Amino acid sequence: MEFMKNGKRIDDRLPNELRPIKFEVGALERADGSCYVEHGGNKVIAAVYGPRAVHPRHLQEANRAIIRYRYNMASFSVEERKRPGPDRRSVEISKVSREAIDPVIIKEFYPRSTIDIFVEILQADAGTRSAGINAASVALADAGVPMRGLISSCAVGKVDETVVLDLVKEEDNYGQADMPIAMDVRTGEVTLLQMDGHLTLDEFEQALELGKIGCASIAEMQREALIQKYRGEENE
Amino acid sequence: MNDVIAEIRKDYIYGLAKRSERADGRALDEYRPIQVEVGLIDKAEGSARVKIGNTQILVGVKLQPGEPFADAPDTGVIITNVELVPLASPSFEPGPPNENAIELARVVDRGVRESGAIDLSQLTLPDGKVWIVFIDVHVLDHDGNLIDASALGALAALVNAKKPSERYGYGPDEALPIKEYPIAVTAVDLDGEIMLDPSLDEETIASSRLTVISGLQGTLAGMQKSGTGTLSTEEIARIVKLASSKAMQIREEFFGGSTDG
Repeated sequence: MEFMKNGKRIDDRLPNELRPIKFEVGALERADGSCYVEHGGNKVIAAVYGPRAVHPRHLQEANRAIIRYRYNMASFSVEERKRPGPDRRSVEISKVSREAIDPVIIKEFYPRSTIDIFVEILQADAGTRSAGINAASVALADAGVPMRGLISSCAVGKVDETVVLDLVKEEDNYGQADMPIAMDVRTGEVTLLQMDGHLTLDEFEQALELGKIGCASIAEMQREALIQKYRGEENE
Repeated sequence: MNDVIAEIRKDYIYGLAKRSERADGRALDEYRPIQVEVGLIDKAEGSARVKIGNTQILVGVKLQPGEPFADAPDTGVIITNVELVPLASPSFEPGPPNENAIELARVVDRGVRESGAIDLSQLTLPDGKVWIVFIDVHVLDHDGNLIDASALGALAALVNAKKPSERYGYGPDEALPIKEYPIAVTAVDLDGEIMLDPSLDEETIASSRLTVISGLQGTLAGMQKSGTGTLSTEEIARIVKLASSKAMQIREEFFGGSTDG
């Protein structure tokens, strides 16, 4: 499969170009905080409940809140119907996503409580974990959970020997490498890093640099979406 | 938590009911605003998002070729599933579907199946296989009356669905053969006052509710009483009549164009 033609990718993007991204803060009524994200063909919704009481109680911590993160794919979100419920993939993604977000949450404020983050993938088109983390981060802010910063995430990879930002499905499936990262752009601290495929050390450095740029653009969109929602309320 | 609040509001809501009023100012037979959007999920063969007030559900319909049941080799198969994901309510928990999710899925399934909404005889394939129709309901925001929202979403998603024939090498894609438009209408009885489209508070304090699913001619396709309370035969008769005429209005509003042709 040919991925690069005249410097453009299969969906006509430049190597360093993100897909169109849209954030909608507070998309749900019942949740304490929520955010709907469209990222290219991905449609993802995140909800935050808490801080609230922990059930079962033996999971609670005396000096801080616990964070729980559930990544779940709707059965109609992919081409071939997915059987409902968790599988090994979604359990792993839930774990690394939780660990990506955990460091910025000020957990010491809420001993013996839990902050529950639920991410539902309504439509999947490569990069769902990143879209989920971006949505979850904004949903936490929408819920008023105290945080040291926002976490932003995107994937970088390699197709046709070219390092590219924000892979689509075909690039992800048939490309040479896929590397999702998440970070607090303000401090530069990386909170999630995964890679599969083949990269030289040079390419890795390039990819990391490109990922940082991608995350910075996303962080700006997250900030803007939150300001959009709360600016009005401030003036009232 | 919500149960506690509803318990506190019980007296208030019952007091209002005595004067034929509701907490959100609706008439007893009035629905909250209903919104239906179709085709939001490109990966699904059909999809619909339904909002009734703050209640929000998303339905995806997927079709795949598969083996028919041995006792019905010439008919397609319908499989309905509901996920009450914990994102939708503080009272929903992760895990396999509980009895509420299974009841909801089975009531939605009954409406589609028993009314003959899909012409299953047209779902056969030349190689002896049949289309398996998966109706997956994803509840996003639970503010009461999930049954009516889910049933409406299922129907809208089916009407929106296309057989993905081309992908599986069976010729051009075609619309699903829809021949009936079942609409579910749910009522609760508070002290003799019948209320349609119960809000979460009304649903929580009512000791029972009745869902009536009816078709184009007003004929009944399915019913479900739920809850430990009792209903008199007179109340049931009143609800059935009310539900069937309300179903006509809802059908006209959202499927008026399709049911004429």
